[in-house]
Parts: sequence; structure tokens; C-alpha cells
Amino acid sequence: MALLSGGEMLLRALHDEGVEFIFGYPGGAALHIYDAIFRQDKVEHILVRHEQAATHAADGYTRATGKPGVVLVTSGPGATNAITGIATAFMDSIAMIVISGQVARESLGSDAFQETDMIGVSRPIVKHSFMVQNPQDIPEIIKKAFYIATTGRPGPVVIDIPKDVTDPNVKFEYSYPETVKIRSYSPPAKGHSGQIKKAVDILLSAKRPIIYAGGGVIQGEGSELLTQMARKLGYPVTNTLMGLGAFPATDKQFVGMLGMHGTYEANMTMHESDVILAIGARFDDRVTNSDVKKFCPDATILHVDIDPASISKTVTAHVPIVGPVVPVLKEMLELVEAGKSKIDAAALKVWWERINHWRTRDSLKVVLADNDVIKPQQVIQALYEVTQGDAYVTSDVGQHQMFAAQYYHFDKPRRWINSGGLGTMGFGLPAAMGVQLAFPSATVACVTGEGSIQMNIQELATCKQCSLPVKIVNLNNKALGMVKQWQDMQYGGRHSHSTYADSLPDFVKLAEAYGHVGIKIEKLSELKSKLQQAFAMKDKLVFIDVVVDPEEHVYPMAIRGGGMNEMFLSKTERT
Amino acid sequence: MRRIISVLMENQPGALSRVVGLFSQRNYNINSLTVAPTEDPTLSRLTLTTVGDDRKIEQIIKHLNKLVDVAKLVDLTEGNHIERELMLIKVKATGAQRAEVKRVADIFRGVVVDITPTMYTIQLTGTSDKLDGFIAALAGTPILEVARTGVSGIARGEKVLSL
Ligand SMILES: Cc1ncc(C[n+]2csc(CCOP(=O)(O)OP(=O)(O)O)c2C)c(N)n1
Ligand SMILES: [Mg+2]
Repeated sequence: MALLSGGEMLLRALHDEGVEFIFGYPGGAALHIYDAIFRQDKVEHILVRHEQAATHAADGYTRATGKPGVVLVTSGPGATNAITGIATAFMDSIAMIVISGQVARESLGSDAFQETDMIGVSRPIVKHSFMVQNPQDIPEIIKKAFYIATTGRPGPVVIDIPKDVTDPNVKFEYSYPETVKIRSYSPPAKGHSGQIKKAVDILLSAKRPIIYAGGGVIQGEGSELLTQMARKLGYPVTNTLMGLGAFPATDKQFVGMLGMHGTYEANMTMHESDVILAIGARFDDRVTNSDVKKFCPDATILHVDIDPASISKTVTAHVPIVGPVVPVLKEMLELVEAGKSKIDAAALKVWWERINHWRTRDSLKVVLADNDVIKPQQVIQALYEVTQGDAYVTSDVGQHQMFAAQYYHFDKPRRWINSGGLGTMGFGLPAAMGVQLAFPSATVACVTGEGSIQMNIQELATCKQCSLPVKIVNLNNKALGMVKQWQDMQYGGRHSHSTYADSLPDFVKLAEAYGHVGIKIEKLSELKSKLQQAFAMKDKLVFIDVVVDPEEHVYPMAIRGGGMNEMFLSKTERT
Repeated sequence: MRRIISVLMENQPGALSRVVGLFSQRNYNINSLTVAPTEDPTLSRLTLTTVGDDRKIEQIIKHLNKLVDVAKLVDLTEGNHIERELMLIKVKATGAQRAEVKRVADIFRGVVVDITPTMYTIQLTGTSDKLDGFIAALAGTPILEVARTGVSGIARGEKVLSL
């Protein structure tokens, strides 16, 4: 058996766990670990330029691959800089391992240099955390951490390691555990068959059904089964912001995204439905709108989720099913097949007629501008065409994010990568780095805004160092557009601190300063050709700064305090 | 409604802070909390009392169950159960009051565990209601100090909370 130091054990354990990349940033308390990184070549370390970016990059890697991303930061400021990214992953149930250096055991609690109680600070935003007390525990803790992060409802796990635990001079026997068992932790392996049967019976007897699928379907690898079942049933399907790609957007049964900026037809179909099959979705307030009493008044709710705490949290489920999506969907699919004849085809036909009528409202129609001005929606439409709908699209937070969600039609899971729950500006570029590292030859586009991109702009340097040919599509409306939209709609147009047109950087020059290519697009007539040109540069990062109409709002938009059927449809129309 | 929730959890550093943190993070109340190792030193038993409607209690139980360190839990108030709390109370006991305090303590089956010429320290066990009742019955007697353990509880009959 090999004798290894704590730092070496950590690297070996990560390798034994199948880790390809560590996203990190060094500092005092992590230096023993960094030395261990230097002396091995199995796990590749990616040096970011800010710890927040390390967490988002790891997060993007997880979302795109389904394998947990790994982060390494030093104690104190390194650890606290990682917090936003941990919270982002936590809110979207993303598996992630965050290893933080800590001051030596004997200094713990003494307000030592760069000491922060990382376990305490991160406690409300992690699935679990470990403080490593002894070097010998490292292999087992790593094993447990990956197991906890990736099973059940996934989430980030923090491992805080005091510096002396990784001392290169103190060595121990190393062996990596093959299995792990935690007596106090047993995620459900399957759903309750009786409940599943009950749910399918209700589903088959529905007259106005809808399937409402969320990010859990993607996380749980249930997209294929869901698609099969939905097609068998012939029912309409809507995806949440987190669930885009769980069911193909170009399928005729897809009614679009639902919720605050969902399509008219998705929200109407929800509101008028008599049965909702919610799967891997959590009735978030961005879906239900603010008053849950008005939520889908006629609907019987069948709710499948791996996390019992997500069921009947805001909206009471009539048939709760706790379990992982795949085994649950398998059981459901069998029952659907056997009971297909029970579907009320006549009622379904009438239902689809109503839905198709709602569709004619064309709630995502883009009202064209004159004078060659580019509407932000047109940029996403062009992006979709240029990338043939086959790109990985990461995004930041704001209007551009909603436009990307509405106008890029995701047909596959794990292609749409955005911070839904926390809404973290600065997520897009580092997340794109994680995706690009995982899939070096894939097209990775980061749809961002001039506000968000400046929150982690320093990562252009990481992209240079690692040759990551991400395409940054900056919808430049010279404003914190989403904030401005709310101010237009709710604060009498008083744009308090949401504009900065006179102090924006020249993004083309900025990209060039970092050693990349910058392209500016100002006219609609050149939008597509210039985008094509940018995406043709396969091995280069291209920063595409697109000047868009600053007056544009995102519609539809839910009317606060209303039901799902209450929406603004444009600056002048409402339901 | 008041609930008594008993939790079996790993006796590990950080476990307690996760339980307590959950309550503040999610805006739930804790009225009392007691925790100590069980016959198996690797397991702690934590008992807490809280109030909330059924929906809130359901969420509390689900979220407690989600904590990785929590192995098992039970809402004791759902069935027949025994509830006990211990109180040590120091009261002024001089002159005529001295006999009166002793008499009230006897009625409540309290035990005087320490005395000085001017005060008594009384130990009392029972439900929280009974302890409250004792304090109320002492009205007029200056109370110098109260130390209560918080509620501990166990189900009646054959039911056990164990791994
Ligand atoms: C870190 C962070 N700070 C503040 C916000 C609040 N916020 C939401 S959208 C938005 C504006 C984003 O501006 P930009 O990136 O330019 O996107 P746009 O809405 O203009 O498309 C702000 C400030 C946030 N989501 N995240
Ligand atoms: Mg903007």
C-alpha cells in the first residue's frame, strides 16, 4: 500500500473518483494541496481569475455532463468568494464538490490570518459539509462527499481541510473505499407503486391535461422516458426555465416555457387544465405567480419529485410521488401503455383545439424595428439558425436570459445552462468555460448582457490560458435591462441606477486586450453574416458585442398577484 | 399547535448547528431544545418543541429528514407519549414565605435541593405545563433564577425510536 500525505491522498482520491478537472485558485492554506497538484498529472487544474468563477465553471461542467464539478479554494477570502457559486448550485440542485483550505487545526477559532468559518458560512447553502479532522479520513470523506452530492436531490458539498492535514511530511497508508454507506442518509430508490398507479389512472382520465416538467427531469436523466411517455399520451408539455430541453422544444406537443415569462399558450394551458403532471419541478414562485390561491383552480395535481420537501410546499399535491424520475417514469410508462385505450380522445381533441387557438395569439412575435435596429430577440433567433440549434448555450441573468430561453429552441437536455433559482449575474462566462472544457469541440455560446458580463469579465484571461473558444454573445442594451423594465412597469419609468451608457467599455478592444477576437454588430442587415463569421472561428474566443434596441421589454410577463392566465403581452396589451 | 419532535442523529460536530440553522433559515420556531448522546455514543437524541399548523410541521419534518446527519425522527405529539422537563428554581424564602414556598413545592412534588437562610432551590419535574403552573403558583414570591432543561419525551407503549 502506498504511503501518501494528506495532500497526495486528496488528489489520488479525486482521480479514483474519476475527476478530470479541478477549478481553483491558490492561497496559503491550500498550498500543500497545490504542491500535490504540481507533482501529479492525472487531474488537470484550471486556474480561474476569481473563485466565484471556479464555482460557476464547475457548475457548468456538472450541468453539461451530469458529472460533479470540483472546486478548490484557499481559506478566508478564497472560501467566501466561492459562496455565490455554491448558493447558485444549491438553488438549482447541482452536484458540486468544493474543497476549501483552512487554517491549521491548532489555530482554528483563534481568528488566525485568513480564517473564516467556512462550514458555518456555507451551512445554509450546502447539501452537506465536512471538516476534515484527520488526514486518514480523506479518502472516506471524498467518497462520501461525491455520494451525497450526486444522489437523491443533488447539491453542493463543502470539504474544509485544515492546512496541517495536508502536510507533505506526514504520510499514511492510502486506499480508496469501493462503496459507501451512510446510515443516516438513504435517498429513495423508487416511487410508491400504489401512488404511481393512482396518478396514472387520473392522468388517463384527464380531459384537459398538461405535463409540467422541470430541471429534475434533466438532472435525473429522465428526458428520454418523459418524451416517450408524453408522445404516447399525446398531451401538451411545458418546461420550466430549468427544464428546457427535457422535452424537445420543436415537438408539436411542446407549448413552450411556462411561468413569469412563459408563453401565453403554456400559461393558459396550465391555468385551464384539469390534471397537471408535475415532474422534477417545484412550483417555484416564478411559475405559480405570487398568489398560489389563484393557481390553476381546476387542476388535480400529480407531483413526482425526489425531494419530499418539494412536494406540497407551496401548492398542495393531490397525488404525491417521491422518487427518482427514471424508475417512476418507467412504471408510469408501462401503465400508460397498458391503459392507453382509456384516454378520452374526443376531449383531448377539443383541448388541443383550445391550445392551438391560444397559440394563434403568437405571444413571442417580434415586432420589428425600422432603421436597421436589432431587436434582442432577433439575435437569439439568428444564433439559433447559425448554430443549427445544436449549441450549448449558457446565459447570465436579465432580459437576455429570458430571450435566450424563449427563442433558442432546446431539443436536448443539458444544452441550456443558466442560473434559474438564484439568478446569479456573472454565471454565464465561467459556466461556458466548464462546458467547453468538458466538450472541447462543441459550440458553446454564452448569451450575456453588458451588465452581467462585467461581473466575471476577468475570466477572459482564463479562456486565453486554456484556449477555450467560447462565443460570447453580448446583448448590449446599455442598461441593466431587466431592472429598467421593472422600473418602466412599476416605478413610473424612473430608471434609478439601471443605466450607464456613457461609461461602458469598448468590448471589442477589451476582448482584444485579453488576446481574443472582438466583433461589434450594430445593424440588423449584418447580424446573421457577422454571427456566421464569428462562429466559423472554431478555435477562437470571439466576443460578439451586439447593439440592440434598449427599449425592448420581455413579454409575456405575469401580472403580479394574478393567476397564471394573467399576463402582459406587450407594452400595451394584457390578458 | 405545539409539537414535540424527537430526532436521532449522528453525534458529530456540526450536526446540532445544522438542525438549529434549519429553523432560523426557514423561519420556524424552536421553543425548547434538548440534546444528549443515547445508549449508543455515536448517536444523539435531540428533542425540540415547536408550534405551527399542519403544513408547517410537515415541512419541518421533511426538512429535518433531509439533513444528512439525521437518521430518524418522530413527532411524539402524533401519538400517546410521555413528556418531561426538569426545572431548578431559586426563590426567596424568608419569614412566613419560607413555609408557604415549601408547601407549594410539596403540592407540586418538588424537592428542595439546596437551602440558605434566605432562599430555597427547588427541583421540579413534569410536563412544561406543570412547571409553568408551579411558577404561577409562586406568585408573590420573588423568583431569583430559573433553569429549565427543555422538553424530553418518549412514546408510550411498544413504539420505539431507534435505528
Ligand atoms: C449578482 C446579481 N446582482 C444583481 C442582480 C439583479 N439583476 C437582475 S437582472 C439585472 C440586470 C442585468 O443586466 P444585463 O446583464 O445587462 O442584462 P439585460 O437585462 O440588460 O439583458 C440585475 C441587476 C442579479 N440578478 N444578480
Ligand atoms: Mg443590459
